[in-house]
Amino acid sequence: MATTVSAPAPSAPAPGRRRRPSLARREARWAWLFLAPWIVGFLVFQAGPMIASAWLSLTEYDVINPPEYTGLDNYRELMADPQVARALGNTVYYTALHVPLVMVISLGLALLLKRVGRLQGFFRTVFYLPVMTPAVAVGILFLLLLNTQDGLINRGLALVGIDGPSWTTDPHWVMPGIVLMSLWSLGSTVIIYLAALQNVPRDLYEAASIDGAGGWARFRHVTLPMISGALFFTLIVNTIASLQMFTEVYTMYFGNRETQNRFNSDAATFYVIHLFQEAFQFLHMGYASAMAWLLFLIIMVITLVQVKLSNRFVYYEGEDK
Amino acid sequence: MTAAVERSAVAPVSGVEPAGTALRRPAAQEGRRPVWQRVLFVCALVGAAVIFMLPFVWLIGASLRPREYVFAPGFLPVPFAPDNYADAWRAAPLVTWLLNSVVVGVAAAAAVTLSSAWVAFGFAYFRFPGRNLLFGLVLATMMLPFAVTMIPTYLIWSELRLTDTQVPLWAGNLFGSAFYIFLLRQFLLSLPREYFEAARVDGASYPQLFWKLAFPLIRPALLVAFVFEFKASWTDLLKPLIYLRDEHLYTLPRGLKVVLDRFGYGGEQQWEVVLAGSVIATVPMIILFFLAQRHFIEGIATTGRKG
Repeated sequence: MATTVSAPAPSAPAPGRRRRPSLARREARWAWLFLAPWIVGFLVFQAGPMIASAWLSLTEYDVINPPEYTGLDNYRELMADPQVARALGNTVYYTALHVPLVMVISLGLALLLKRVGRLQGFFRTVFYLPVMTPAVAVGILFLLLLNTQDGLINRGLALVGIDGPSWTTDPHWVMPGIVLMSLWSLGSTVIIYLAALQNVPRDLYEAASIDGAGGWARFRHVTLPMISGALFFTLIVNTIASLQMFTEVYTMYFGNRETQNRFNSDAATFYVIHLFQEAFQFLHMGYASAMAWLLFLIIMVITLVQVKLSNRFVYYEGEDK
Repeated sequence: MTAAVERSAVAPVSGVEPAGTALRRPAAQEGRRPVWQRVLFVCALVGAAVIFMLPFVWLIGASLRPREYVFAPGFLPVPFAPDNYADAWRAAPLVTWLLNSVVVGVAAAAAVTLSSAWVAFGFAYFRFPGRNLLFGLVLATMMLPFAVTMIPTYLIWSELRLTDTQVPLWAGNLFGSAFYIFLLRQFLLSLPREYFEAARVDGASYPQLFWKLAFPLIRPALLVAFVFEFKASWTDLLKPLIYLRDEHLYTLPRGLKVVLDRFGYGGEQQWEVVLAGSVIATVPMIILFFLAQRHFIEGIATTGRKG
């Protein structure tokens, strides 16, 4: 590895200095010393495990006995496994609800925040504090807030004459309840949008106004294109994160037989939760590895599609391709 | 104060106006809007803020009510039952878990901050063939889902006989982390290169450049990395679920999950204990936010990090 790097610039070293390593060579040595921790970490904790995981996905492995090569069996089983299909379906359903809602509501809140004067810091904190709440505490809190009889949410709905659903037990309402919970922690997206909005040059709005653009036209033709980079970024990041949803839902509905029976945990099975259970509760390490690779593939495909689609509408300032 | 210095060091990287400076100007526009629009605006803003705060208010209020009043309507801690916290304290080793979370959090955050800064300096200062390619690889690792490496990583720690210790919760951080390397490199690149070259001419070694020059100059970014990782570690449930069996080693989220299973629906429905535990787990994060607010906001705004 080092040999390819230390190749110095074509300028030949002065004859008298041949003994000492050249400056470029010494510098290269230090460069690698600085990069070494990451390279070691990459090999040991990323590249190595990736290869190992790919291999394990072709085996049956329960930690106790050595892995047994089974070819593509795990993947075939995966395709026919109704539990995996349900977990994947739930996860995609959640993502399809969560991501657009987070983006629209966050943009609304950021637009409000942008207009606030001195108190902006205060309101920004209000919207961000839920993000600081540990995910386990969020899960516990919403388990109670979503309680059918006595939960705060159904009490609030009752005030406006709505008979709230059974958020935690009715299979049709479990996922909307989880989405509701997830919306409480959208503060980071708000802050990203606020920063983007404050970066839009004011003269663009003034120029648009002079051209007779109304409020909606300014939003549609100035604001949206100018923050499209931030919108795109949050689309990708929120999608990847929600496809890997784990902690809050695991806290609420899993990890305890009593809880799992009481609630309709089938309706709350997310892909990573199912994967975790396959790996560490049932010790189906090979099968779980195959599940992980399927997830990786899905994430890559979805991200790629999003990148391709967004090329059409994302505007980069100073783009000179 | 150092605040001014830090802000000025942050600004060139972000291209985003630092929080606070850009915010005064809309006031003048506000006067021109019709009254009904302003009323609507205030209602929407205050309404949204109230909705976001209500879960907190309920949590604190309910955690201070006696067991049979936890689900009573209203938000106030009436009747008042501060003993819930003492009960929670007795019911579970919360102090132990709290200390574990602090130790693991500090170790994880310090490890990732130092190692990422060291690596980031390598990428920012040195010019060598293949540098951009390698940096691209660093960024690409951010795409890798945790689930793919989770099982082999577990097998590594298991092979080293370090499962059921807290080591796997932070030791992986000793090798830097793509996101922080990216963040710190951005900061380092904003520093004038002549600064470092002058020090080289004066005979400073590369490690000296790093410790004596770069490290103090990127302090605000180091704090961003530290508080983010501390928060991530404080919140993490998955790793403690995988690695820890012994309850005395649990971090707070793992412990809180046990409290929920033991005292919540799975147990005797002592929700006041569960709620008091949740408050205890949350308060340190709220304090951390108020102490390091600027670092959180700037960290997110400049890099678009998910919090």
